[in-house]
Order: sequence, then C-alpha cells, then structure tokens
Amino acid sequence: MVHCYQLGGSGIVLDVNSGSIHICDEESYRAIEAWERNGSEGIEAEIAREIEALISAGKLFSPEHSRLSPADDYDVKALCLNVAHCCNLRCAYCFTGHNLNDDTQLMSFETGKAALDFLVANCGGHRNLEVDFFGGEPLLNLDVVKRLVAYARTLEAEHNVRFRFTLTTNGLLLTDDVTEFCNAEFDNVVLSLDGREATHNRFRKFPGGSGSYSAVVGKMQRFTALRKGGYYIRGTYTRDNLDFTADILAMSELGFRHLALEPVVASPDSPYSLREEDLPLLFAEYEKLAFEMAARIGGTEEFTFYHYSLDLENGPCLHKRCAGCGAGTEYYCVTPDGTLYPCHQFAGEAEFAAGNVRDGITNRTLTEKFAKANLFSRSDCAECWAKFYCAGGCSANAYHASGSIDGTYGLGCELFRKRMECAIWLTANTASA
Amino acid sequence: MSQHIKTLKTRELCENEGGCGECRTSCQSACKTSCGVSNQPCENPETTEKAA
Repeated sequence: MVHCYQLGGSGIVLDVNSGSIHICDEESYRAIEAWERNGSEGIEAEIAREIEALISAGKLFSPEHSRLSPADDYDVKALCLNVAHCCNLRCAYCFTGHNLNDDTQLMSFETGKAALDFLVANCGGHRNLEVDFFGGEPLLNLDVVKRLVAYARTLEAEHNVRFRFTLTTNGLLLTDDVTEFCNAEFDNVVLSLDGREATHNRFRKFPGGSGSYSAVVGKMQRFTALRKGGYYIRGTYTRDNLDFTADILAMSELGFRHLALEPVVASPDSPYSLREEDLPLLFAEYEKLAFEMAARIGGTEEFTFYHYSLDLENGPCLHKRCAGCGAGTEYYCVTPDGTLYPCHQFAGEAEFAAGNVRDGITNRTLTEKFAKANLFSRSDCAECWAKFYCAGGCSANAYHASGSIDGTYGLGCELFRKRMECAIWLTANTASA
Repeated sequence: MSQHIKTLKTRELCENEGGCGECRTSCQSACKTSCGVSNQPCENPETTEKAA
C-alpha cells in the first residue's frame, strides 16, 4: 500500500508497510501513481529504473506484513494518577469534571503509595515506568505528589526500575518552589493554555465565571524560562476557534517553544464539538501551521508542535505501531479512591472499573477486551495508510464515538491523517533545510 | 544516485524485531485525547546501539 499526496509543492509517497518516505518530482510522482494501476507501461525508462530499484530494496510497494499476533497479556508500565478530582477552574469542556466542587476528592498518600506498589509489582521486569500526575488540578495535592515522588525514588534501586514523572497543570498554583521541584524530578510538564486570550477565557474559567488567562500566562512564562527539562504548552481547540493556527502563534508570541493543541473531545450534541463540515477549514489550518513552521526553521521564532514531531530514523518498532494506545493493557488511570480505569478518559465510568490499587486487576473480562483493541480489531484501520502512525488510535475516542472500543472515531481519524501528511511534509523540509 | 526521487532516511518496519516495551506509553504525553506513536523514540538499548 502506498499513499501519494501533494503538499506545498512537493509530491510525497509513503510506502505504508516499510515506512519509507519518498519525495518526488512531478514526473516521478505521476509515474508512481500510474505504476499502481499499470506497472511500468508508459513510464520513462530512467524513472522506471528508479522505481524498480526502490521496489527491489523493499521501499516501495512493499508487501503487507503477515498478521502480527498482538499479546493477550500485558505488563503495566504507566499510571495516570488523578491525585485531585477537584479543581480551581471550571473549564466547560473538561472530561474529568467530576464533583469539582468537592475538595475532599484528593488522593491520600496511602492510596498513591499502593498505586506505585501496584505498578512495580505488575511491571514484569520493565525498567522504564511512567507516572503522570493529573486531575482535576494535581497541584491542589502538591504535598502528596512530593511524597509520592520521594517514595517512588526509594523503589528504583530495589526493583531496578526508573520512574519518569510528568505533571499536567492549569498553571494557577505554579510557584518557584514548584518549578524547582519539577526541574529536579519531572521529565515533562504539560501546561494548559488555549492560545489567544479570548479563546482561553471562553472555556477556562474560574468558578465565578471569569476567565483565567491573565492569572496563568505570567506564571507559565516564568516557569518555562526557568525550566530544566521538557514542557508543552497544551491547549484544546473547539468549533469556536476553527482558525486555531492563530492560537498556536499566540502561544509562540508569548515565548513558548514547545506547543500542542488538541481537538476537543465532546459529545456531538455539544455546540462546540467539531463536525464533518468543519474539516475543510481545519485541514487548511493544519497546512497553514506547517507552512508557518517551515518558514521559521532555524530562526529565533522556531517552535515545535507535538503532532508534527516525527522520529523517522529512531521511531517505534512495528509491534508498538500495532498495539493501540495502551489503555487497559500497559496503562491505567487511578482515581483518588484507588479505583483502576483503562485510562483517564474512562475515569468514573462504573462499567469501566478494572480493579483497585490494593487488590489489583479484578475485572479480567474488561482488560481482555482492551488487550484485543488495536490495529487488528478495528476494521476501518486495515485500509488506512496512517495506521502505523496511530497504532489503531484511542480506545476512549472510539468508544465515545461508536459505542465500542473496537470502533473508530471517524472525524478524529480524518484530522489525524491530515496532521500526519503535514508532519511528514514538514519533516522532509526540516531534513533539507 | 536517484535523479527524480529522494528517499528520506527512515526506520524500516520489520516484523521480527522490537516489542521490548521500554518506550513511552502513547498517552503519557502532551495529548491525552488522541493516539500517535510516531514521535516516540525507540528505547530498546540493542536497537539504539545498532543505530548509533
């Protein structure tokens, strides 16, 4: 299977099964398109020789992989600890917005400790373990976060593991003390900012209804200026800002250099959810973003965009590219009471409770379903050229869009494919810059 | 040397290697609402040593 597309004046051919990417001039691009239908018939000899050499090398029209057998049992290697189900903001689109007025919804140190013990006990000898402190707003439970990190460090030598910590925060409680702690302990920090002031304030509001932009921007600027380690300024776009490139550029103008912006996850009934009819505008925005980033390569205004970062030479193996998102297999979310869910998007949905941190996984029927939810179980994936870039996609999105974790989220797939086209184009430009 | 087609250097996807599981979990990243794996570096010590 090959995927041929043109973008920014380049003809790009992706050979899906080998992962090879070819940048073609006009003649060779047309020749490869025609080759799919007619072989070498009518192709100029010089171009035909190049194509035949690539086919012989396994880099073009490469054969389908024989059906890999995904594992039916997985080791757990990552936890999302919802250390606070309360929050100091009331963002209208929040998918973890359970009982946010209840400040008793904090994870105790004992529950968090049991979660870390569960992770180590079920990691099957893996060395790299990941823990994300999430919420609600995790900094509302900073003392427990600090104690859990300290406890995890005591487990590393004893069990020959390495913890990598991340924190996802709205930024309101950032202080120099928090920054120092993050610099010492956290591999990555994700700061929630939606871009332009009006965009941000539309959804990210205080309980009283006022916007939080002015309360967080300065703190995020100071944090990132002092940051030693990875960070992302991460926002959400909705139907209210389909011109989202302006929001990404607004983040850049504030001095931020590592940016992410995600399509909102919302019920189709919601007035701000994305619709099929929005796709042409959204595709144009993703292209605009890629062109803007290409123009900044090597300059002082250069920035990275999470979905346009590709590791072509040292990216994941084929197994990883088939295994799905990891929810309910190698990754679980833990709510403040210690219940385990397949991921943070299922937190609080009773039918998705998989067990708890003290007793471990008790709902094996559920986890077996998740173990089988991957590239092979989703029929729409078989003919998709981007399948080895998304590994079958997000189980939560599939469930919420189709009613089954074996379904797909069609709109999300369309956006993902467009992002990958732009990412490949941008990476090719970076390689030749 | 190709005259018309430039091939980028990419990792070849082989069925018989990988699967060590030492890389990051897909969703422990900046997204939390979608799944992309292609920006995640392989962390298998044997593979990365070979590539070096």
